[in-house]
Amino acid sequence: MRRFRILVRQQIWQMFISPSTYIAAFLFLSFMGLMYLLALVEVGRAASENSPISNFLSVFWVPVLFMVPLLTMRSLADERRSGTLEALMTTPVTAWQIVLAKFLACYFLYALLWFSTLLFPLISRFWLPQIAADPRFFDIPQILTGYLFILVSGAMYVAVGVFASSLTRTTLVAGMLSFCILFLVIVGAGMLSKFPLPDSVSWLSPTSEYLQTFRHFDDFISSVMDTRPFFFYASTTLVLLSITSLVTESKNT
Amino acid sequence: MEDISEIPNSVIVRRLTKCYGSVKAVENVSFRIGKGEVVGFLGPNGAGKSTTMKIIAGLMPATSGSVHICGISVANNPDIARRHIAFMPENNPLPEDLRVGEYLRFRARVKDVPEADVKKRVDEAMEICQLKRSASKKIIGNLSKGFRQRVGIADAILSRPDVIILDEPTIGLDPHQIIAIRELICSLRGKMSVIISSHILPEIELVCDRVIIINQGTVVASGSPESLRKDFIPYDKYEVSLRASPERFVDVLANMQLDLSVVSHSEPDENGYVDYVLQAPQNSRLGAAIIGELSKDTVLMPSLVAYRKPSLEEIFMAATRRSWEQLRDLPETSKMVDEIDKEATEK
Repeated sequence: MRRFRILVRQQIWQMFISPSTYIAAFLFLSFMGLMYLLALVEVGRAASENSPISNFLSVFWVPVLFMVPLLTMRSLADERRSGTLEALMTTPVTAWQIVLAKFLACYFLYALLWFSTLLFPLISRFWLPQIAADPRFFDIPQILTGYLFILVSGAMYVAVGVFASSLTRTTLVAGMLSFCILFLVIVGAGMLSKFPLPDSVSWLSPTSEYLQTFRHFDDFISSVMDTRPFFFYASTTLVLLSITSLVTESKNT
Repeated sequence: MEDISEIPNSVIVRRLTKCYGSVKAVENVSFRIGKGEVVGFLGPNGAGKSTTMKIIAGLMPATSGSVHICGISVANNPDIARRHIAFMPENNPLPEDLRVGEYLRFRARVKDVPEADVKKRVDEAMEICQLKRSASKKIIGNLSKGFRQRVGIADAILSRPDVIILDEPTIGLDPHQIIAIRELICSLRGKMSVIISSHILPEIELVCDRVIIINQGTVVASGSPESLRKDFIPYDKYEVSLRASPERFVDVLANMQLDLSVVSHSEPDENGYVDYVLQAPQNSRLGAAIIGELSKDTVLMPSLVAYRKPSLEEIFMAATRRSWEQLRDLPETSKMVDEIDKEATEK
C-alpha cells in the first residue's frame, strides 16, 4: 500500500510540473468560462425554466472530448516510448499499481479542473447582485447532482484515455484513439437511438437506452438518482483498467 | 571453466530458453554468479544478452528454465525477487522533468527503503556517484550523458540490492567518465554481485572477475579472462622489431629452433626496421630465449621484443567464431551457409 501511495503522489506531482497540464487547464477553463457566460446570457434573454448551471453542464461532452485525451495521452504511451515504464517495472511495483496510480492522478486533475468551474456560479452570485435573488442562478441540488454526474461519468472517460494510452508508444496516436473512443461512447450511443432498429435486433433497444450518456445526464440534473448509471460507469472503469493493466504487463514480453 | 561452487550464489540461471514465435532468442542458457562477483556478459548484437538480462530482472517471462536470485524464484515471486535486484536498462531511461534528488528519493521509496533511511541512502548514493555537489538539484533533462549514467547507477545502488544488472553502462561516455564509472563498479566488488553487458571489451577485462560470452542465444564461453585465454587461444604471440627483411628473418627463425613462425609483418621504416608478430606454442615462455638468440646476430639490432597478451577481443572473436563453426557443422545450417557462400562467389 505504501508503494501505491508513493506512486500516486509521484504521478500527481509529475502532472503538476508538466507544462502540458497548464495548457490543458487554461484551454478548459477559458472554454468553460465562455460557456457559462453564454448560459447566463441565454437564461437572461429567454424566460427559460432551465438554470444556467444545467445549460452550462449540458455541454460537458465538448471539453471531455478534448481535455481527457490531453490529460491522459502521455500517461503510459510516453513512459513506454522513453523506457521509464520499463525502469519502473524493475522495482517491486505491479502493472496494476502503475495503471491505477496513473488513472487516479489523471482523474484527480480532471475532477480538480471541473471543481474549479464551481467558481463561475460563485463569482456571478457575488459580482452580479441583481441576479442573486433569482433561485435559478444558484440551485444547489442541481449543482450537486450535475457535478456528481461529471465525477461518475468522468471516471469512465479517464479510464478510456488511460486505456488508449496503453495501446501505443506515440502520444499523438493515443490522443486520437482516445478521442475516437470517447466520441463513440458519448455521441455514438446517442446517435444509435435516432435510428429505428430493425425488428430482428429490437432486443438491442434496452441496451442502447442503458448506454445513453445524455439520458444519464438528464436524470442526474433532474435529481433522479438511479443506481444503474453508477453501476455502468464503475464497472466499465474497472474493466477498462483491468485490460489496461494486462496490456501494460504483456507489452513487456 | 572456473570452479565457483565454493562461493555462495546470488544468481542461478538454469536451462533458460526464450522463444519469440518459432525464433529462439535464448536457448538452454545456464550459469551462476557468486556473491560479490563482477561478471561481464558479452555477445554480438542480437546474441540474446538483453533478453537474458530482462528475464533475470523479472521484466520478461522465460519460455522454459528458471532464474533464482538469492534463492528466490523470479518467475514465482517476481515482487520479492525484484527487491534483491537493480536493473539499469540500455540507454538508461530517466524522466526528463524531475530533479536528480527528487527522482532518487522517489526511486528509494518505491524500492521499499524505510522512510527514515531515504535521505541518508540518497545522499550516500549521490556521494558515491559524485552527484551531490554538482547535480543534485539539476533537472535530469538538462544533464550530460555522463551525469545521466551516474544517476542510473546511483538509482541502482540506492536500495543496496544483492544483484545489480547494468546494460551498457559506459556507452557514449568520454574517457574520464568511463574511468569514473569503472572505479565505481570496482568499488562495488565484494558488496554486491554486478552483471555488466558491454561492447567495450578492454573495459570488461579491467573490471570483471569473470566473463560469460553468449552467441546465437547460447553460452559459448564462461570463466576468468585468464582461463578463457588458455581455452580459446592455444598459442602465444610476441612482437619483435629489428633490421631484417622478411625473407632473411624466416631463415634466422629457422636457425633459432624455437618453434616460432611469422604471423604478420610491417613494411620497413626509414631506418630499415620491420615490426614482426610471431606465434609460439602456448605457455612456451620464449621471451628470454628470443632476446638471447637475436642478440647473437649483430646485424639484426633488435629494438623491441615483447610478449603480446591475447586481448579479450581475441578471445571473444575465437569463442564466437567457434560457435559459428559448430553451427555450420549442422546439416541444415551448413547447407544454408554453403548457399550464401556460393551466391557470394557468383557475385
